[in-house]
Amino acid sequence: MTATATAPTAPATSGTPLVEMRNINVAFGGVHAVRDVTIDLFPGEVVGLVGGNGAGKSTLTKVLSGAQRADSGQILIEGEPKNITNPRDAKEYGIECIYQTLALADNLDAPANLFLGRELTTRLGNLDDDRMEDATRKVMGRLNPNFHRFTTPVVSLSGGQRQAVAIARAVYFNAKILIMDEPTAALGPAETAQVRNLVRQLKAEGIGILLISHDIHDVYDLADRVSVMYHGQIVDTVNKHEVSTDDILGMIILGKKPGDVTQKELEQLELRG
Amino acid sequence: MTDVAGVTPGQVAGRNRQSLGDLVKATEIDLRLFGMVLALVVIWIGLGLANPVILEPVNFLTFSVQAASTAVLATGMVLVIVSRNIDLSVGSVVGLIGMGYAVFMADIVPTTIGLGNPIGWIIALALGILFGALIGAFQGFLIAYAEIPSFVVTLGGLLGFRGLIWQFSGGTTVAPNLPTFNLLGGGPEGSLGGIWAWLLGAIISVAAVLLLLSARRTRRKYGFPLRPMWAEAAIAVVSVLAIFAGVFVANSYHWPPGLATAYAQAHGIAEPPGGLVIEAGIPIPLLIVIGVTIAMTFLSTRRRFGRDIFAYGGNPIAAELAGINTRWVVMRTFILMGILCAISAAIASARLNGGTLDLGTGYELYVIAAAVIGGTSFAGGIGTIPGAILGALVMQSLQYGLGFLGFNSPQVNMVAAVVLVAVVGIDSWNRRRAR
Repeated sequence: MTATATAPTAPATSGTPLVEMRNINVAFGGVHAVRDVTIDLFPGEVVGLVGGNGAGKSTLTKVLSGAQRADSGQILIEGEPKNITNPRDAKEYGIECIYQTLALADNLDAPANLFLGRELTTRLGNLDDDRMEDATRKVMGRLNPNFHRFTTPVVSLSGGQRQAVAIARAVYFNAKILIMDEPTAALGPAETAQVRNLVRQLKAEGIGILLISHDIHDVYDLADRVSVMYHGQIVDTVNKHEVSTDDILGMIILGKKPGDVTQKELEQLELRG
Repeated sequence: MTDVAGVTPGQVAGRNRQSLGDLVKATEIDLRLFGMVLALVVIWIGLGLANPVILEPVNFLTFSVQAASTAVLATGMVLVIVSRNIDLSVGSVVGLIGMGYAVFMADIVPTTIGLGNPIGWIIALALGILFGALIGAFQGFLIAYAEIPSFVVTLGGLLGFRGLIWQFSGGTTVAPNLPTFNLLGGGPEGSLGGIWAWLLGAIISVAAVLLLLSARRTRRKYGFPLRPMWAEAAIAVVSVLAIFAGVFVANSYHWPPGLATAYAQAHGIAEPPGGLVIEAGIPIPLLIVIGVTIAMTFLSTRRRFGRDIFAYGGNPIAAELAGINTRWVVMRTFILMGILCAISAAIASARLNGGTLDLGTGYELYVIAAAVIGGTSFAGGIGTIPGAILGALVMQSLQYGLGFLGFNSPQVNMVAAVVLVAVVGIDSWNRRRAR
């Protein structure tokens, strides 16, 4: 903990990781979507997960969030092997996920979405909508002070507001591990900056964040380490300070570590760029 | 500034009307439901103009008893449709359970618990509800866990359960029911009359006002925006007036003289000159509808189960990812539907004093129509219980009213068809425009 306090930009990558995913395999029919993948994540660390379309990033994170079962492999939470078979299990271990699709029930309002699946109830077990609205107003006041539409269905909210609801849902329940799947893909510049600030703030609170993004600069800015996936496999996990964005780009496109790339391949890459 | 030049006349008019619109908005009334109440009033005014006799209290009572069976079912159909399913089997399930009641009471009760047993009707009803829940669980399991489309499963139910009624009864009508059970079907004796009706009206009024007050208190506690006081008062006054108007109408119908005389003789009451006046009051089927409406509204808006149904209907994947056990939610909506079928069957078979082979035939279509007229969307996630009740009342008003005016039932069906399609058409046009 003292390591993170003195050097918040470079959290300790020794000791017990928050999450370890070991030798994860997922196949859909004959397609090997995730092949023998091993990654880890430490408290207060942001790990960027990058790769082209169909590289297996989303499938891998779905295994962690309980939305997809792995065919084989092991998940360790704070050093202990855990069985995650559905989203409820994941949430129990403090794993929250902001899905690319946001996964909101469009017909319900913001408080109902925020508390979906774990509603606050009165002593008699009735939904305590007022308490949920109150809590939503408080958390949204921090995340997006301009948010005022607490009783309209989220279908009529803007993209940024919907994103705020999805983020609020992940943050409210004191996640230890946060998965963010393309969190800024649908946002304008101001809202993107807000999300980036939020990532830094959560990181400082000691939360481990797995950040999936197409935007290499996003990842390079926010991540401590970067794991590159290519055709279902991890090419390499690198410390951000030891590589350039071009190195990462090369890994994404060629599926090889910077040292293994031949001069010819590099030339082809430059031609394409 | 360029905006001003581009303003269309419609927009200007909209701005001028804004004060009136704000006034309505301040009451936070569901405009859709309000519109349906208005439509219902218009229908009855139209019927009254065509033949004023229809506005006599006895007609309202008969009408409400006739609407009761489908209204009870419509409350469950809303939740089934909200969860992106359909139940085509409700008519056959009502028929099957109705026949079950009759067989139990006519063939089994006399030799087992005895005809004079005061709780015979309760046992019958409890068995029927259990039977309904089992049928619902069976169909719900096939839909939620075996992943067979609900349209197919319940189409099978529509055909299969109707066939089962014939097997079960030997192809004949089975009668009679226990007289105490038949009170569930209404009639002069199956009503809550006179002072008791007023008392019930008073209790419901007090409860409604208390609910309004407590909602306002919690909203103030959390510092949420409040409805203006006048709006709050207006809602309270209108609600209480409506409740007492209903009781007044129900009590305006008196027992037929012959029945009153028989009652007076049986109870040793000296008949006053001009005959004994007994106020009929609220029929028990109507009380059941009121109870079911309150319970189902509570279930769908105040309980986790209801929230889960709506979340699943709005976005099944989101519900799954939120950790909701979606299969169990879907299965439970069908169990609930089965229970409501048993209640509906009790009302319908009590009115007939037995089980007939065609009891409930065609219910599914009226019930689905009621739910859809009441604003339930086949896209899932949208629908209200009070809306479905109003939808059932609209359907039944047309049937009863036009039948009263002398139209035959094929003609009534044609009118109902036009109303159904027109209402849903206007509604979806409204929603598109609101986007």
